[in-house]
Amino acid sequence: MLNGIGREIPEEILGIGTMRSFEKIITNGQVKNIQRSGERQRNPEKNKILDSIETAIRETGLKDGMTISFHHHFRNGDYVVNMVMDAIAAMGIKDLVLASSSLSEIHAPLVKHIRDGVIRRIETSGLRGELAQAISNGIMDIPVVINSHGGRARAIASKELPIDVAFLGVPSCDSYGNANGYSSDNSAVSACGSLGYAKVDAQHAKNVVLITDNLVEYPNVPFSIPASQVDYIVVVDSIGDPKGIVSGATRYTNNPKDLLIAKQAAAVIEASGYFYDGFSMQTGSGGASLATTRFLRDRMLAANIKASFALGGITGQIVALHEEGLIKKLLDVQSFDLKAVESLKNNPCHYQIDAEYYASPDNAGSAVNQLDVVILSALEIDLDFNVNVITGSDGVIRGASGGHCDTAAGASMAIIVAPLIRGRMPSILDRVNTVVTPGYTIDVLVTDQGIAVNPLRQDLYSSLKAAKLPVLSIEELKAKADRIVGRPEPIKWEDKIVGLVKYRDGSVIDVIRQVKKGL
Amino acid sequence: MKIHDVGIAGTLESSDIIIHIEKNEGKGIEIELKSTVENQFGNQIRKVIKETLQELGVTDAIVRANDKGALDCTIRARVLTAVNRSAHSNNLPWEVK
Amino acid sequence: MGRLRRTMLYVPGNHPGMIRDAHIYGSDSIMFDLEDSVSIKEKDAARHLVYQSLKTLDYGNTEIIVRVNGLNTPYGKDDFEAMVRAIPDAIRLPKTETPEDIEEADELITRIENQIGMERGTIKLMAAIESALGVINAYKIATASKRLIGIAIGAEDFVTDLKTTRSPEGIELLTARSQILFAARAAGIDAIDTVFSDVNDEEGFIREVRQIKQMGYDGKSIINPRQIDIVHKLFSPSEDEIRKSIRIIEAIKEAEEKGSGVISLDGKMIDKPIVERARRVLELADAVKVSYC
Repeated sequence: MLNGIGREIPEEILGIGTMRSFEKIITNGQVKNIQRSGERQRNPEKNKILDSIETAIRETGLKDGMTISFHHHFRNGDYVVNMVMDAIAAMGIKDLVLASSSLSEIHAPLVKHIRDGVIRRIETSGLRGELAQAISNGIMDIPVVINSHGGRARAIASKELPIDVAFLGVPSCDSYGNANGYSSDNSAVSACGSLGYAKVDAQHAKNVVLITDNLVEYPNVPFSIPASQVDYIVVVDSIGDPKGIVSGATRYTNNPKDLLIAKQAAAVIEASGYFYDGFSMQTGSGGASLATTRFLRDRMLAANIKASFALGGITGQIVALHEEGLIKKLLDVQSFDLKAVESLKNNPCHYQIDAEYYASPDNAGSAVNQLDVVILSALEIDLDFNVNVITGSDGVIRGASGGHCDTAAGASMAIIVAPLIRGRMPSILDRVNTVVTPGYTIDVLVTDQGIAVNPLRQDLYSSLKAAKLPVLSIEELKAKADRIVGRPEPIKWEDKIVGLVKYRDGSVIDVIRQVKKGL
Repeated sequence: MKIHDVGIAGTLESSDIIIHIEKNEGKGIEIELKSTVENQFGNQIRKVIKETLQELGVTDAIVRANDKGALDCTIRARVLTAVNRSAHSNNLPWEVK
Repeated sequence: MGRLRRTMLYVPGNHPGMIRDAHIYGSDSIMFDLEDSVSIKEKDAARHLVYQSLKTLDYGNTEIIVRVNGLNTPYGKDDFEAMVRAIPDAIRLPKTETPEDIEEADELITRIENQIGMERGTIKLMAAIESALGVINAYKIATASKRLIGIAIGAEDFVTDLKTTRSPEGIELLTARSQILFAARAAGIDAIDTVFSDVNDEEGFIREVRQIKQMGYDGKSIINPRQIDIVHKLFSPSEDEIRKSIRIIEAIKEAEEKGSGVISLDGKMIDKPIVERARRVLELADAVKVSYC
């Protein structure tokens, strides 16, 4: 058999099978483009740049009942979710599953889309403000699903949560779809640093639509999302409010109670056995958690100890230690402030990672498993060390699961930092309202009035005791708080389930019920 | 003790409570409570306000309380201050009991 | 050695949140203030609040002091009536100028103690000296009552009285600080230094704490919990000092057991003051370790 260019090709080869012979028919995509590169960029053969979000929605073939996704790197400055949802609603598409990596106050307009039947179901890591309040009050027929960052990445990668269309806001993008959370060409006005959560959606969604306000020259290197994963691009005036996307610099707290807790947390780390040259750490973004970094710095300098890496959400404080040479490498899934954004752009050992690499429990090994120490906050913790970071003391949803249970499970020592009491509410309860992170993965609780060690960790208990730290049982700590504030009456719930809290492996660890109104 | 004028004590800062008390002749004690910890401590707050008024011999009053998570001792102190201000007295608690 | 009074934390008397948390920062003493941090219109409210708080909250081993308004103000007497009944460790009298100020306070406390059947002398006194006349009378003030546990210098009013201002070097306070220290030592009570109000000037604060410690002061009044650790650290004996003191005490013990009169260590004679200093270092070292918790 002669092929398209006249070469003799056998029809079948034993052990390989039948041959598909090369044909000289030029198929779409194999056509040779003779335009010069510069022109091609402005006017590519297959133009990915569409004129509006509506056109993009139409092109993706979005239909009733499909699943769409967004990322939350723009935090409370995000315009993309509302922009796209308004367009979808105007086109009359209904019954969608909205699978955002997280949602915040700015997404209050979603309440209307829920009421109008545009959104049937929500998956997210967190909910705040009016939207959270409405969901807690039972606005949705189907409960919202709360995922951890690692759990979401796992569900998307395994197609347990298949995404039909991902609408991803990107602070820089070229005409072919190479995109990043900053730009090496200009100071992207909506810069957010890492696009760690969006990377997962870009890789696995059936259709990927990028929305940008900063079209740059091809190739947009370095990129976080490669053009090879991108179907369409829409250029809009603005994808977010810079003030809501990143703070100028997350400041160290001046709150004396937070500082006291941070000082004790640093002392715990030093005494724990996990403070050695080459140790690794992650801090949350809460006041006490951030401030721990400062106290740890002094101890690292004094003991001549350097950390091998810091993981997770990166802040200016962590960057400062990196630039000082005290933390060798930064693995960044989410950049919290401008200093972190700048560092990601300029420091070669500040590296962008995606959420699956960061925290999925279901791959060949995620970064959280390499952590020695993680410092996490809590709204509530109970006598079994179960932690709630999703519902407030009034039972209303007002937080995010985030990487809490992922890092707690991965790190050798998970420290919870929390004031013993907030206003009149004790942080330690008999049973937390909602479990996000199971107690057996939590090792130490540090409060302003004492430290408690999980009885599973007798080794840590001995180390902290030997260092003369004020270690009490968690029951003693709770009694201390109750003596000051009294015992709160339990929240009254309706029967209706408004939320499912999923553990990182996809199993349901708890449910959130509707809060009963009035007394 | 009798409530004459409006008496106010406390602040809106965290862990404080504003007590606003005025007369309610012959109609007993009425408490309107707004609290950040209403669900968990509402009953306790009302109880402390009522008991403190009883100790002072106040039988008729309208109390409007705006609570920001005050402890019982703070609630007591603010009620005592508000009542004394309202009654233009300096009837200190250590002399009442 | 008596109680350590390295740090005395000011807590405004009309601030429930701060009153509730006052003890968690680990200062040696807490001073609830009814005087300058409370506006004229809120004097009654603060008095009730501190009274109720002291009656119900548990401050553990922390020394509790209340700064009342002077007896020459319309609030002083009520403050005493309430605070004696709230049973703090001590009452701090501001703007003390003469021994008569102390005597008047002492008599008032005695009357209230009798009235409520409290053992006489339960409530101690501290005197703050904040004027030139007070400094001149420092020794008489320091010895005016058996209740006195310490005298303190209050610098802000004092420099105004001197017609000057505070400087980073503190030259304007040198004589007063010395005089008050002499009076305290002669009377066998504590000397407490004034506040340093610029919380963000850590260097200046450290300089001042070093200075007053070297002068011989027992401690310092502080306005922010952040200052506590710094003072405690500077008041802690160094490892060298501790090691040397342990050897001195051991040498003494050994000599006593042997019944030998003259004691020497490394060829140097150890006399009484050296032993006393060594004891004080070790007691302080002990207290510092404990105060970590």
